[in-house]
Amino acid sequence: MTQYLVRRLIIAIPSLLGISVILFTVLALAPGDPFEELATNPAIPPDVRANLRASLGLDDPIHVRYLSWLLAMLRGEWGFSFVSRSPVADLILQRLPTTIAVIGAAQLLALAIALPVGIYAATRPYSIFDQIANTLAFVGFSLPTFFTGLLFILLFSIYLDWLPFVFRTQIDATGWRWWWEQLRQSIMPVLVLGLFQGAAWTRFVRSAVLDVIRLDHVTTARSKGISESAVTMRHVVRNAMIPVVTLVALQMPAVFGGAIVTEQIFRVPGIGSLLISAILANDTPVIMGVTFVFACLVVFFNLVADVLYGWLDPRISYR
Amino acid sequence: MNDGRILDIQGLKVHFATDDGMVRAVDGVDIGIDRGETVSVVGESGCGKTVTAMTILKLIAMPPGRIVAGRILWQGRDLVPMGPEQMRSIRAKEIGFVFQEPMTSLNPVYTVGSQIAEAIREHEGLSRRAALDHAAEMLRLVNIPNPSRRVHDYPHQFSGGMRQRVMIAMALSCSPKLLIADEPTTALDVTIQAQILDLLDEMKQRLGMAVLLITHAMGVVAETAQRVVVMYAGKVVEEAPVAALFARPRHPYTQGLIRSIPRLDMAATEHRRLEAIPGTVPSLLHPPAGCRFAARCRHAVEACRAEEPALRELGPGHKAACIRADEIA
Ligand SMILES: Nc1ncnc2c1ncn2[C@@H]1O[C@H](COP(=O)(O)OP(=O)(O)O)[C@@H](O)[C@H]1O
Ligand code: SF4
Ligand SMILES: [Mg+2]
Repeated sequence: MTQYLVRRLIIAIPSLLGISVILFTVLALAPGDPFEELATNPAIPPDVRANLRASLGLDDPIHVRYLSWLLAMLRGEWGFSFVSRSPVADLILQRLPTTIAVIGAAQLLALAIALPVGIYAATRPYSIFDQIANTLAFVGFSLPTFFTGLLFILLFSIYLDWLPFVFRTQIDATGWRWWWEQLRQSIMPVLVLGLFQGAAWTRFVRSAVLDVIRLDHVTTARSKGISESAVTMRHVVRNAMIPVVTLVALQMPAVFGGAIVTEQIFRVPGIGSLLISAILANDTPVIMGVTFVFACLVVFFNLVADVLYGWLDPRISYR
Repeated sequence: MNDGRILDIQGLKVHFATDDGMVRAVDGVDIGIDRGETVSVVGESGCGKTVTAMTILKLIAMPPGRIVAGRILWQGRDLVPMGPEQMRSIRAKEIGFVFQEPMTSLNPVYTVGSQIAEAIREHEGLSRRAALDHAAEMLRLVNIPNPSRRVHDYPHQFSGGMRQRVMIAMALSCSPKLLIADEPTTALDVTIQAQILDLLDEMKQRLGMAVLLITHAMGVVAETAQRVVVMYAGKVVEEAPVAALFARPRHPYTQGLIRSIPRLDMAATEHRRLEAIPGTVPSLLHPPAGCRFAARCRHAVEACRAEEPALRELGPGHKAACIRADEIA
């Protein structure tokens, strides 16, 4: 098992390298210049700007710049933002907890909806409950988060004035009040993201359960005289969880991607909005840093999916 | 009616509502089993054998299935009106069931030991540990080597024949009074088939339960059963003690089934000349009027199509549903 994991990690290295090469090249070829502002600033003579560029290595050929970036990364130096001059690692670490909290809460909400609703609907296919659940899931899955996000802001912030629509980093309150304010401003992003994921996963859970429910071994279980709830939980849901868990783990990177949009709408100061502002400012070190984190997440969750899959399904052996 | 009967199915009709209409899968079936007796139900695929067997334990999907008519008397009590909770106390505890497909009938994610123990824990109230010991005991009974180690193995670590042994161990683990085996050997290799039939026989000698053995192969019947019920298109067409049935089959369908048994003394070239019954089982969606076998029957006459022939007593315990039974055999 450990051996298998190590091998998987080693296999991941070339893909991570590949991703970084492509990204670096694209960013280098992209139009735009971090020193654009200096160019239009009459107080700074062009030769100062040129010296600055040279000192930062910006005039070297791409492969040289890539290599020096890579060597620095390997030493754990993520560089400094062109814009704010702060270390990239610090910027990411500052933003990551908010993103993880919002996404984590949204995923928990999504699972808390998808599992019971999907299972209950599948055990009563084509019942009223199933049809309502299906319809709602379809609607929830079809509405993009930017749309529901704006709808929520309109309804809860502007019309009802219950919730703040801009996420604040600094909350001047302590103790209970701080938590309360934090909760209030997290509700909408978590709801928007969680309901969307919940709708998608409800459909998936339902179909996974339906696939298992008509298998022969479920009839065998029933022939043993165990209760219907034991049949459902032990022999249907347990087996249906194999594809569900795998899919959830595999989708996590995509979920992070989707969270960028939500963070943008609600001005959540997370890693997604960091990426967007870095892209807008041509802030290559930050873009590279954030994307690299995303790439690592993909690799990590692939591994998690693999491990969970083998843990849930005894037919899989790691060799 | 016979008081010694442990199971007495009377006039059972099971229909399925489908998009195309009502499938009359079981359309008026009577089957009785005495204590400790082995009864075999024979018929081609699609005759309603599985539906009949599964209905006894209410294991068919309802809906679309529905018991339209009839009684299923288990030790004198009718199972048809029983609720789910009461049915649970009958399943495995009183009536064990072995399914046709050993490859798919076990849950792949649990060890075979825990799957056998599940029934034991449910009905005998044993602890996990004690139930697992009992499960190993059951594996020993069905001749699986190394039982105390094998209980910890998963189904995919067993061959088809071994899995069917596991299924038999599971079905017998709560000492039921009746074992229903639905084509337990059909999915297996020929050599393994004989072993499983021998095992069923051995279990019956040791434990003394009654057996309802469902099969589509007449050859299997001759070896194992005391009484035979022949089903065709959702109905019983003949019923007789096994010796009487083979000595003088009265229904043309039974005669056809017996003629198609491959015999060991036949040369391989002769096998090809075995008389399979021409044609196929009619659709149970719109069964033909009159005798359902008429389209395939070499003795069919005009009168056969006029009215459905009733099951008549033709000898001691020997009944057949053919208007020409007296002339043709
Ligand atoms: N769930 C179901 N829905 C509709 N028709 C069914 C269902 N189960 C069985 N049937 C029909 O009942 C008939 C008898 O099937 P079955 O009892 O499995 O036959 P056998 O076991 O004798 O081969 C078949 O025509 C089959 O199509
Ligand atoms: S009733 Fe007629 S058609 Fe039916 S089996 Fe007898 S002879 Fe054949
Ligand atoms: Mg069958």
